[in-house]
Amino acid sequence: MTNTIEVSLWRGKADGRYQTFSVPQRENQTVLDVVTWVQRNADPTLSYRFACRVGMCGSCAMTVNGRPRWTCRTHTSKVVENGRLEIGPLANLPVIKDLTCDMQAFFEKWQKAKGVFAPSKTKNDPIEKILPGSPPRQAADAAIECINCAVCFAACDTVRWNEDYVGPAALNRAWTLVNDVRDAGNRDRLSAVAAGGGCHACHSHQSCQEHCPKALNPTASIAGLKRRTMQAYIRREL
Amino acid sequence: MRPHTTSHRRDALWLAFLVHRISGLALACFLPLHFLALGLAIRGEATLDGFLKWTANPLVKLAETGLVFLLAVHMLGGMRVLVIENMPWRDGQKRFATGALAFAIIAAAVFLVRAA
Repeated sequence: MTNTIEVSLWRGKADGRYQTFSVPQRENQTVLDVVTWVQRNADPTLSYRFACRVGMCGSCAMTVNGRPRWTCRTHTSKVVENGRLEIGPLANLPVIKDLTCDMQAFFEKWQKAKGVFAPSKTKNDPIEKILPGSPPRQAADAAIECINCAVCFAACDTVRWNEDYVGPAALNRAWTLVNDVRDAGNRDRLSAVAAGGGCHACHSHQSCQEHCPKALNPTASIAGLKRRTMQAYIRREL
Repeated sequence: MRPHTTSHRRDALWLAFLVHRISGLALACFLPLHFLALGLAIRGEATLDGFLKWTANPLVKLAETGLVFLLAVHMLGGMRVLVIENMPWRDGQKRFATGALAFAIIAAAVFLVRAA
């Protein structure tokens, strides 16, 4: 007899409800496999988002038993509790339908934090030599592997309490650019992240670090921005 | 009701934030009483002495022990946050937060033993 998991999936929009399915349990089965099984075998109208299935694209994050996770790299054997699994859309983002969130606010906040590279040279200039061991490069490298999954955004209570707060991912991205010696946009960027809803709104709960599937530490990046903006303010650059 | 993420509220560092916030609010509530007690000195020596005699009550000593705990845990928690925000990052924040809590409990226990 095949073991089954009792899976409750969120259906509908914000005022929806959980619907329960019985899904066969398999070896090396991920939470994304479970959701896919439901869509292909039980209810083809189930909406969810995924792309790479290998932890690179950051599109399949969902709330699994109350915790935001990347579902393609989360094995059911690690998260099933008493044969049950509860899967919902990410918190802190509007629900489009079922397990799919509207990510627009999340990416708009990246723009608000000036998380876009501002080139300092043209294509005709020689390529800048970056020493991998230099402190700015190491600071950027420590934060650069973000896959934009919004797990940190969903886990952050400051995002929940303060709708102006740009969130850990956007500030983490800004920190990588602040440490990029090729970038020419730091004056605007530091002004943007020092403004209301920027780095100084962070309460250092460290939920972002605790939940980041890539084991990044956005709190450290935000702390770096707090120091850098303070230094810029003292030097009257802000 | 849409699903809500609550798992992070079991993390030690989120609880450290909660302790810091609640201790701060409790100390803010206590502050007017503190000023009221200091104000008794203006009314005269006898009034202040009467109040100080009342504070020898065991229940008041117990409340003061709680106050010492709140002061210590709020001060140490605040120092941890200041270090995070103003100095290069250090890993092991859970250890620092737990240490702050332990030190505050020890400080309150020492006060209670000395007051007894």
